[in-house]
Amino acid sequence: MKKLIADIKASMGVYESEPVYGLLAEFADPAALLHAAEETRKAGYRHFDVHSPFPIHGMDKAMGLGNSLVGFFTLGGGITGFALAYWLQWWTGAVAYPLNISGKPFFAIEPSIPVIFELTVLFSAFGAVAGMFALNGLPRPHNPLFYSRNFARATDDAFFLHIAASDKRFDLEETRRFLTDVGGRNIELLTEES
Amino acid sequence: MGHSTSHSPEPPLVTGNLSFHELTELVARHAEKKPPLGWYIAIGISSLLLVNLLVMIAYQVWNGVGVWGNNVPVGWGWPIVDFVFWVGIGHAGTLISAILFLFRQRWRTSINRAAEAMTIFAVMCALLFPTIHVGRIWVIYWTLPIPNQMDMWPQFKSPLLWDVFAVSSYFIVSLMFWYVGLIPDLATLRDRARSFVRQRVLGVFSMGWTGSNRHWRNYEKAYLLLAGLATPLVLSVHSVVSFDFAVSIVPGWHTTIFPPYFVAGAIFSGFAMVVTLMVIARKVYGIEDLITLNHLEKMNIIILLTGSMVGFAYITEFFIAWYSQVGYEQYAFINRATGPYAWAYWIMMSCNLLAPQVFWFKRLRRNVPLMFAISILVNIGMWFERFVITVISLHRDYLPSSWGYFSPTWVDVMTFAGSFGLFLTLFLLFLRFAPMVALSEVKGVTPQADPHFYDQESS
Repeated sequence: MKKLIADIKASMGVYESEPVYGLLAEFADPAALLHAAEETRKAGYRHFDVHSPFPIHGMDKAMGLGNSLVGFFTLGGGITGFALAYWLQWWTGAVAYPLNISGKPFFAIEPSIPVIFELTVLFSAFGAVAGMFALNGLPRPHNPLFYSRNFARATDDAFFLHIAASDKRFDLEETRRFLTDVGGRNIELLTEES
Repeated sequence: MGHSTSHSPEPPLVTGNLSFHELTELVARHAEKKPPLGWYIAIGISSLLLVNLLVMIAYQVWNGVGVWGNNVPVGWGWPIVDFVFWVGIGHAGTLISAILFLFRQRWRTSINRAAEAMTIFAVMCALLFPTIHVGRIWVIYWTLPIPNQMDMWPQFKSPLLWDVFAVSSYFIVSLMFWYVGLIPDLATLRDRARSFVRQRVLGVFSMGWTGSNRHWRNYEKAYLLLAGLATPLVLSVHSVVSFDFAVSIVPGWHTTIFPPYFVAGAIFSGFAMVVTLMVIARKVYGIEDLITLNHLEKMNIIILLTGSMVGFAYITEFFIAWYSQVGYEQYAFINRATGPYAWAYWIMMSCNLLAPQVFWFKRLRRNVPLMFAISILVNIGMWFERFVITVISLHRDYLPSSWGYFSPTWVDVMTFAGSFGLFLTLFLLFLRFAPMVALSEVKGVTPQADPHFYDQESS
């Protein structure tokens, strides 16, 4: 159970490793980062992540990440919205307060379509956004990465690769050497309290 | 090997060959430095209009909506015209963000943020009018399915209630779409922030975003799904607005062409408003490299396309009125073009159908002062389109003894002017405090963002 939670957290980029959090290396450009991510995966590391100011094409494959699961949350939201809208219109119109309007049926599909459609879309969108936040583990106000000197540039023009200390293969010296070999610069040791 | 075709590279979407950092500087700077004098003058004027709006709302709530020009036979006057006008403008943002995203039109990245903001503010202005129009604003919650002491529920067979659901769903989804798009850029601002308060506030709104690829993966999927969801939504909203009219039996309203015709008109007016605002903003903020002449030209092509669709719909309505051989329907349209409101009809025709035709010429499409003038004309024309549909159809229907002539009161005029105050104030605050261009997306479409860019360099 504990391992499962740790694995789920690792998929969000949240690593349980104290006091050493991991090693952070900077790369020159998107191509170098893509190459480094591929090498890191090939070297057997699993608890690692890359940080860039924009999504890099091909990075999911390089990191060995599968398809995102956000779609299932969206589908769930859509089914909820559809069912809610259908039930709401049927129950209020035909059960709770039946009102005869020009002899029309108390509930019929045809006039219910617009509201069913709108609520299906609305709840699907809720599902997509909530699912995205949940799978990303956001909001996350505390992150040891923020202690780094250089990391603020990850949202501007710098490209980083982070290997977490919780990874089974993580070894301070060996991993540092590995990061240098794949072209990393400004290698920094991250700890919980810097 | 064996490729006989030659590769002709796409013209760059962002000019000036800026580095990632220069792009950040170009956009983020405006949300950080003191705004230019022009901004203070603009917000001064728009806040005066906003105060005027608040006074007008208070006056209407106190006196009741009898202070409007609405009276039998024209029960839907300016408030509904203004509502449809603003909802229409609120269509361009989501169209640019969602539909152009699905079609992989990457030029949208420079304008989508501002257009989405514009959408949200326009829908807020739109929601104002029906809220006052219900007459008893303090029981507006009766339109929502909330249990109450009367045990009554909203009537789901009414198109007016569909409208409540459509416009509010649209507002919420547009707001989420806009916010999700903002998160990476708010993180950029957070990381540049120097003062403690600014760091904390931006830290809360950016949710701890780090640009992690594990996050980008879910983020991009969610963004794609939101775009896919917003596309049918944006088309449905103005269709549902048109049901308010089309489901009735008033001649001139009871037509099946209304949903597509309203949607085309909404896109048309929305793009015109985007051009109006962007022409000013790119000049004032010096971001001509991000919002280039090519962007403006593409928007003008869409204005030409949708304007011609709308004009085609005007002509089709006439044809169908004749073809139906229904006397009332025929009279409704002859009365539009030749009756007491013929002036409104011809303003609409010349602004919406004729004015955009100048965009057939490439030179004129790329002429900034001209496109600004045309975009204003289109805004005026689209307001008159809603006036024509609402007022002319109602003022003479079946029984000549109940015909009348509608005139607005000063309250109608001042409230409409005030809604521009709300719109412009919110837009100016957006320009001041938020990144007005989607930074992460613009960086993503530059040539150096593609890993293959570096292959060519090394070979």
